[in-house]
Amino acid sequence: MKKKHLQRLDLIFKNEHDIEAILEKTLKRGNDEIINDLISSGLKGRGGAGFPTGLKWKLASEEQTDEKYVICNADEGEPGTFKDREILQSVPHKVLSGMAVCARIIGAKKGYIYLRGEYLFLKPQLLEVIDEFHSTLDKMGLDFRVEIFLGSGAYICGEESALFESMEGKRGEPRNKPPFPTVQGYKSKPTVINNVETLAHTYSIFKYGPDKFKDLGIQDSRGSKVFSVSGDTPIPGIYELEFGMSVQRFVDDFGDGDAKAVQVGGASGFCVPRKRFDKTVIGYQGKLRGTSLPTGGSMMIFNSSRSMYNVLHNYLDFFVEESCGQCTPCRVGTQQLLLGIEAVKKGDQPSSYLDRLMDLAEGMRVTAKCGLGQSVANSFSSIVENFKEEMIY
Amino acid sequence: MAEKINLKIDNIAVNIDEGSTILEAARKINIRIPTLCHHEDLCVAGNCRVCMVEQVDSDRLLPSCAMPVSEGMEILTNSLKVRSARKQVVELLVSEHRADCTRCYKNGKCELQELSSEYIVGENGFIDLVPLKNYSIDNFSPSIIKDDSKCIRCQRCVRTCNQLQNIGALSVAYKGEHMKVSSFYEKPMYEVVCTNCGQCINRCPTGALTEKTYFDEVWSALNSEKKHVVVQTAPAVRIALGEALGMPAGEIVTGKLVSALRRLGFNSVLDTDFTADLTIIEEGNELLQRLKKALVDGDTSVKLPMTTSCSPGWVKFIEHAFPEYLENVSTAKSPQQMFGALAKTFYAKKIGVEPENMVSISVMPCTAKKYEADRPEMRSSGYKDVDYVLTTRELALMIKQAGIDFASLPDDEYDSIMGESSGAAVIFGATGGVMEAALRTAYEVVTGREVPFENLNITPVRGMEDVKEATIKIENVLPEWSFLEGAELKTCVAHGLSNAKKVMEAVKAGTAEYHFIEIMACPGGCLGGGGQPIPTSPAIRKKRSEAIYREDALKPIRKSHENPEVVHIYEEFLKEPLGKKSHELLHTHYTERNRY
Repeated sequence: MKKKHLQRLDLIFKNEHDIEAILEKTLKRGNDEIINDLISSGLKGRGGAGFPTGLKWKLASEEQTDEKYVICNADEGEPGTFKDREILQSVPHKVLSGMAVCARIIGAKKGYIYLRGEYLFLKPQLLEVIDEFHSTLDKMGLDFRVEIFLGSGAYICGEESALFESMEGKRGEPRNKPPFPTVQGYKSKPTVINNVETLAHTYSIFKYGPDKFKDLGIQDSRGSKVFSVSGDTPIPGIYELEFGMSVQRFVDDFGDGDAKAVQVGGASGFCVPRKRFDKTVIGYQGKLRGTSLPTGGSMMIFNSSRSMYNVLHNYLDFFVEESCGQCTPCRVGTQQLLLGIEAVKKGDQPSSYLDRLMDLAEGMRVTAKCGLGQSVANSFSSIVENFKEEMIY
Repeated sequence: MAEKINLKIDNIAVNIDEGSTILEAARKINIRIPTLCHHEDLCVAGNCRVCMVEQVDSDRLLPSCAMPVSEGMEILTNSLKVRSARKQVVELLVSEHRADCTRCYKNGKCELQELSSEYIVGENGFIDLVPLKNYSIDNFSPSIIKDDSKCIRCQRCVRTCNQLQNIGALSVAYKGEHMKVSSFYEKPMYEVVCTNCGQCINRCPTGALTEKTYFDEVWSALNSEKKHVVVQTAPAVRIALGEALGMPAGEIVTGKLVSALRRLGFNSVLDTDFTADLTIIEEGNELLQRLKKALVDGDTSVKLPMTTSCSPGWVKFIEHAFPEYLENVSTAKSPQQMFGALAKTFYAKKIGVEPENMVSISVMPCTAKKYEADRPEMRSSGYKDVDYVLTTRELALMIKQAGIDFASLPDDEYDSIMGESSGAAVIFGATGGVMEAALRTAYEVVTGREVPFENLNITPVRGMEDVKEATIKIENVLPEWSFLEGAELKTCVAHGLSNAKKVMEAVKAGTAEYHFIEIMACPGGCLGGGGQPIPTSPAIRKKRSEAIYREDALKPIRKSHENPEVVHIYEEFLKEPLGKKSHELLHTHYTERNRY
């Protein structure tokens, strides 16, 4: 095996034996103090959207109402992502601790883990852990309970407002925003909804302080990130790495020596072709916009044996099926993109039709109601732009 | 007082209440932003994405119908980015819509068609998705046709059925490419809890939901020498028909309506208002009889409160949703069906026409009336009492087809007999109208005096409030009604089925002690019926309502029992209210139906 030059981190999966003590210690601190730590750590949402976690908690804590909720988004549905499953399986206490501290800060008495339907097998062991955790909370005198809500398999229910609708027994359709979840979330009450990994990271920050976290990563993208590595790699799996690596360094470590593209962020993410490997950095879009790519953790490597037309076709197939169907650009746009590339491939449409489809994808990005429809353009445009000849021939 | 927000739209300053949307702000300064899923009667959906606008210095566009205004916002409604996005959305909708415009009932009245002509969706559209789908047309219902191939998934119908009417016959099924508006287990509309109210039709922007039309059958009858064609017109038609023929809302066109019907070739032009008056006599007496049985005879089997039965949407609703209360519904038929039963018996004999040669047509503001006319129990004459029901819209189309310039028609009068009516009958078309008409008569029957309201206008039961209540104290009664001395008659009026449900739930819970409840299935009553001209909105319904009460005030006779033709039909034919003939022809029964 080649020499590894990416630092493997062990913040998330490290088996800690002092979780209870850290929780107790944290709960003794003031709300503002904890929030300030989170804000200064630079922790951003690990689901991929990257909203500052401390700010989210702060906004929810400022809402004046008795009924609030903390929800852990474990509806891990992005193609190529499987790290939340592992976190819930190996370090669920860290996630629960994060939820409990959040609940104390914002004033919630009820929390939910929205568990992806396909992760049903995790439920029994999670319930056991939750039971134990409840008695710990009782000892500490914190009035907070966590329940598991099992999803039913729709990708769109990972979108936070669709997730609330689903929990309320309605069709999983994204809501109009504003209002945002911290103002009106589950049952229209102020709600903090965080990704599994985000919550696990808060534990590390409680334990080691914000500076240790902030020392990792670059600029707007701080800390470490758990990546789900798949595709043409000899070592698929889950890896915790520092933010800010270039795709080149990633491929050097994980590729099979023949990588032609890396899909960063799953079907809704971006495709990076080989010529851009060293110019592209993994991190939230901020000051680095254009050259940095966010990801919920999915890193799919494709080697030269792969047809990028097939890759794109597969993604579009997925979106055509998984769009909730309520808004026009997403429902019809995804179908048109799929039929469009098929028609070009078959020669039923001229190759210039791809330009029309690129316009369509861009239109979907600016008009679709939620992140699903808005981000179809990411994979579509980056694949068509960089592998145009594969689309046509 | 709401805080005021300052923003700029297309560089024009607007000052508007906090919480308003960008769309509302734009309308305030007369900037039109196109919409499809938006409807004034419904909650915001924000799903069609036609109303997108640009916020200066912002990357993504905003849905103006759903986005609240904020201080200092700068909005562009006509930038290049906005225009191309809107055009794209329209092109996408057209690609999944069976754009068979020339063959469509909604041709010329379709909001998607209007937008596609505005944005010139040319030949270079997207791939036509319609042939790839297994679309079907549900035309099994006598009232409503649902054509999925024309549906643009704006969900106006779904919101109408679920929020406005609280029925849930229509809902969204599946996701992604298969997402569609459907019914329980995808059953045809006639098998589910659909009340045929047609409110979905009134709000469908395309031809996906339309009424089943019968004008071809009516034209055939009119052109058949052997047939004597009788037509009746409902109260709410005369104050709305003009809208479908280019006139403003709230115009009273009764005289022109009669002229037009004669020009179309109807042999007898008669009035449902006549049987509305008759309904008051029968239903009013039924109420007094129920009260007497309950209060004097101590008959515990008498069901109170009694509810009205004129609205076939309401009747089907209670058959589905509250079947345990079917005995509370007045057994009096609706005015349409009383008319039908009398047309082929009493009237046919009067004019010397064999009932089998008579074709009985009604013009209704309603789609549920089509279903009502089809009920098996509505054949008291030995024939189908009402052969075909036309909506206000269908009649407008027939007038156009006949080349009649409606606006310039002279006023004409209904034929006698069964053409005379009182102001009390006219107000049947508005929510609260049946109650007011009934009180005008019942109070006078019991006390010998007119209802104690100025000009007979019982204002507490008027207006567009969801649920209205009024208590009438009955004093100094005539001797035969002594058991009602000092009694307080408690009444309730509700319009729209979501309000009907609220009232019935209160009755069921025992928290509402009413004697008499008027319920109309449609918002505003029949004036907002599912067969009325499209569009509809609170403002339009208000104008129609004002017209109805204007028409009432102008009538020389204001009380049903003073209608001379009603007096006459009792003397000559029916003999007495609730008598043997009435029982045969004017009363009916109800059927429990499935809950889902």
